[in-house]
Amino acid sequence: MTTDTTLVEQIPDLETSGRPKRARQKNLLFLRNSKAITGLAILGFFAVLAIVGPWIAPYDPNQISPDLVQPPSGSHWLGTDHLGRDVLSQLVVGTRSVLVVGFVAGVAATFIGVVVGVTAGFVGGVGDETLSALANVFLVIPQLPLIIIIAGQLPTAGGLTVALVIAATGWAWGARVLRAQTLSLRRRDFIEAARANGERTWRIVLAEILPNLTAIIAAGFVGTVTFAVLSQITLSFIGILPLDTWNWGTVLFWAQNNLALQRGAWWWFVPAGLCIAGLGMALTLINFGIDEFVNPRLRSTGMHARSLRRRKIRPRVGFTPVVHEAQEDRA
Amino acid sequence: MKFLTRRLAFYVVTAWAAVTINFLIPRMMPGDPVTALMGRMQGRIDSSAENSIRVLFGLDQDTNVWQQYVEYWRLLFQGDLGLSFTFFPTPVADIVRQSLPWTVGLVGIATIIAFVLGTGLGMAIGWRRGTWADALLPITTFFSAVPYFWLGLIAITVFSVTLGWFPSSGSYDRGLIPGWSWEFVGSVIYYGFLPALTVVLASVAGWILGMRNMMVTVSSEDYVTVAHAKGLPGRKVMFGYAARNAILPQISSFALSLGFIVGGTLIMEMVFSYQGIGYTLYQAVSTQDYPLMQGCFLVITLSVLAANIVADFVYAALDPRTRQEA
Amino acid sequence: MSTSAIPRTAPREGGARTGAPVLEIRNLSVDYGYGSDPTHVLRQASLTLHRGEVLGLAGESGCGKSTLAYGATRLLPPPGLVTGGQVWFTDRDGTRSDILALDDAALRASRWRDMAIVFQGAMNSLNPVFRIGRQIADGILAHSPGMSRADATERAAAMLEMVGISPDRRRDFPHQLSGGMRQRVMIAMALSLDPQVLIMDEPTTALDVVMQRQIVEQIAELRERLGFAVIFITHDVSLLIEIADRIAIMYAGEVVEEAAAQDVYRRPRHPYTDALLHSFPPLRGPRRELGGIPGSPPDLARLPTGCPFRARCAFAFDACAHVVPELAETGVPGDAPFRRVACLRHDTRSVVEAGFDPQPLPEELARR
Repeated sequence: MTTDTTLVEQIPDLETSGRPKRARQKNLLFLRNSKAITGLAILGFFAVLAIVGPWIAPYDPNQISPDLVQPPSGSHWLGTDHLGRDVLSQLVVGTRSVLVVGFVAGVAATFIGVVVGVTAGFVGGVGDETLSALANVFLVIPQLPLIIIIAGQLPTAGGLTVALVIAATGWAWGARVLRAQTLSLRRRDFIEAARANGERTWRIVLAEILPNLTAIIAAGFVGTVTFAVLSQITLSFIGILPLDTWNWGTVLFWAQNNLALQRGAWWWFVPAGLCIAGLGMALTLINFGIDEFVNPRLRSTGMHARSLRRRKIRPRVGFTPVVHEAQEDRA
Repeated sequence: MKFLTRRLAFYVVTAWAAVTINFLIPRMMPGDPVTALMGRMQGRIDSSAENSIRVLFGLDQDTNVWQQYVEYWRLLFQGDLGLSFTFFPTPVADIVRQSLPWTVGLVGIATIIAFVLGTGLGMAIGWRRGTWADALLPITTFFSAVPYFWLGLIAITVFSVTLGWFPSSGSYDRGLIPGWSWEFVGSVIYYGFLPALTVVLASVAGWILGMRNMMVTVSSEDYVTVAHAKGLPGRKVMFGYAARNAILPQISSFALSLGFIVGGTLIMEMVFSYQGIGYTLYQAVSTQDYPLMQGCFLVITLSVLAANIVADFVYAALDPRTRQEA
Repeated sequence: MSTSAIPRTAPREGGARTGAPVLEIRNLSVDYGYGSDPTHVLRQASLTLHRGEVLGLAGESGCGKSTLAYGATRLLPPPGLVTGGQVWFTDRDGTRSDILALDDAALRASRWRDMAIVFQGAMNSLNPVFRIGRQIADGILAHSPGMSRADATERAAAMLEMVGISPDRRRDFPHQLSGGMRQRVMIAMALSLDPQVLIMDEPTTALDVVMQRQIVEQIAELRERLGFAVIFITHDVSLLIEIADRIAIMYAGEVVEEAAAQDVYRRPRHPYTDALLHSFPPLRGPRRELGGIPGSPPDLARLPTGCPFRARCAFAFDACAHVVPELAETGVPGDAPFRRVACLRHDTRSVVEAGFDPQPLPEELARR
């Protein structure tokens, strides 16, 4: 990241050519993006942890021991909590719940968002107005307090319930973006042509519109997963979710409620936060990758700042740099 | 004015939707936690207060949903949000009235500082690409990825537990009498500094990234090139042409992400035990005080709506296209 | 408003030079991309604009005609990079300066006063949040230290009137104007400092035919009155033949032919020019056979050796794959003295030097 100078590179015609035939080429381009690769790698690490977590955890996260609030040591790499439980095991085992809730909520919210957004953008008129207003209402209402009061009034708020509540409140952003894009796609020539050919609406939507929305749907999905992960952790942290399932927020809940801060037991709450930050960074980086892929203006040139300085190039809008490197031998 | 009329209509609809959601949630929930609580409170609630709780939570089995709904609105217009269970028999409206100014002060000021600061920094980074300022981007990415409350925990550890510079909880020195004295105001600022700093640190990153991306996008618009071609001074091109246009979507996204930010910053109040509406909501949730929960949500939503309306007015003032007569 | 001090003659037929050079672009090269493998979008292109003349710049899209204009004014956005050449501007008093060598302040001072630009697509050229009068006044104020905003606004109103827009409309925002009006505003803005060179990049492309005609006539009329020189960039060669004094044809980042407008039309010397003329119907004069140009322009990132046009050329021969043709005099005796063409059919000497057998000029490229 440090060598990446995030300069602007405009690749002409990339954004305008949204035809499906270029999809393969574009996908390869996405995988060449260093930010996206870094993000996917970190995400992959957590995904593996989520699958094998319970087997590789050194202890049972609920196992009480006499080593109360011990700093990291050879036997407890990340120390122990107030009941002598192993913090590392809690984190490793808790990964699964974090990812599952994030993924389920992401899938569900994306599904609602796609249905609402594409429908609104494609049908237009009163249907569009109604669905857009609905999406905007959900955007403006503060989601976290809404989730808190729903989860707070549910008699049993398990992981899956929470995921669905998050999805029910967090779909609106994706729907809004998708609606705008569908609207602009609908006016493109190839959609008009498909309509003129008398193709059925559902076929136009499935074969012509959805493939061109892939990047935006992916970005919306990643964004919702981020939101869901943060929401779930926050809900656990403030103690709304049952504490029998471990996740990173649960660890923070115990830390906060047993004066980990006042005791200086940093190993209890810092690693959990870093895990959240790591996963959040991964998702953010993947979204940056998608952003740059959709909006070429944001793409970095992949040039090292040092090399630019050596050639005395200062890329600016309005003042094209001049270097006399080419031949000037013509009459 | 058509733009503002449309927006106002939208806010009326949203407010209606928020109230209706608030009405529906307890009625859709399986089980009946409120009846159980009412049972425990038996004999301590006077009959009119019991009636309003019944209306608010749909315990009247003998009336249909529509009648309940009408009655619910009637109570709301009277400012009756029921009685809090936790702070029995204080009305929810009173509790909310006491805590709201603290939230507006802390979250409001901190959010505006974060917005101004982040937009300014993003403007500079987006305009001068390829300089040291780009090194800020990875840092801002990190800050935008961590949950707000965790930053609060770290801030408490570093600045109050380890360094002892700031108090770790509360909103003013309990030994002082609230009033407009220098001592009291100073104490409020002293207690509010750390939470405010955390809110700013946590939310500034989003504004930096958003504004930076908008600056980059707007910088390659034709009218910016025209401004350069006209030989305008660099500052004028940057502020009058690039930033002046880049800030418009930034304000829209301010309005839209307000709900998200407020949600995050409310949790910050919980971490700092700051006596605002977020902390009140936290107390309500942990003691299962349903009337208070509902009241907090309603007030939070209406405040966010109010902030949205302000943002819309600013937007309309800045973008002549919204002022177009139909 | 002082008009050019140098007397101007405009003989169109025969295409002799109009005045002294006001802008000389010499061997301008432009790369796209700062990396190790940039695209050479402009390779040593040269062009001379004389005082008061209209020079047309034509070619298919992507041939580098806009890049030439933006490179010469240093307005190319990143990752554009000028890698070589000079752009000499000669002021009214005869002082010459290389625009590519100016520092930021001097370049800023020179812009709009010496050379103004009307951009492609008037939709996006105006700042949507400022009134048009203010946008015109901005440019005037930036170059007139000490001038009051009121005076600048008054001048802006006068400029609007000159292009046929009521001065009252200076308080309008861009979105309140039609496309044609916006383009007129751009022209008024560009002429507000009485520049000596006006670059027009596809100024009429986005407009309907009637509006196109009006704008083109207006430009011609204003040029008569104010005496500025114009570089008119378009892919519409038939339009150029009507309004330009001279035409330069570009292909794959190079100028391949430069001649008087009527010579280009009646006596094309480059196979590409010839093909281009056959790809649209002439507005007047005898009918000619229509036919597209086979193939498509080469990928600038992977240029073939030799002549870049050879794959699409009906007259290519073995030397074309090895020798890069240079802009030089034509092989037709009796051609106007300043005509230039870059084609090996004309340049027998280079072909022989490279050890190939020269081929005779086909009749199509030697019409009189």
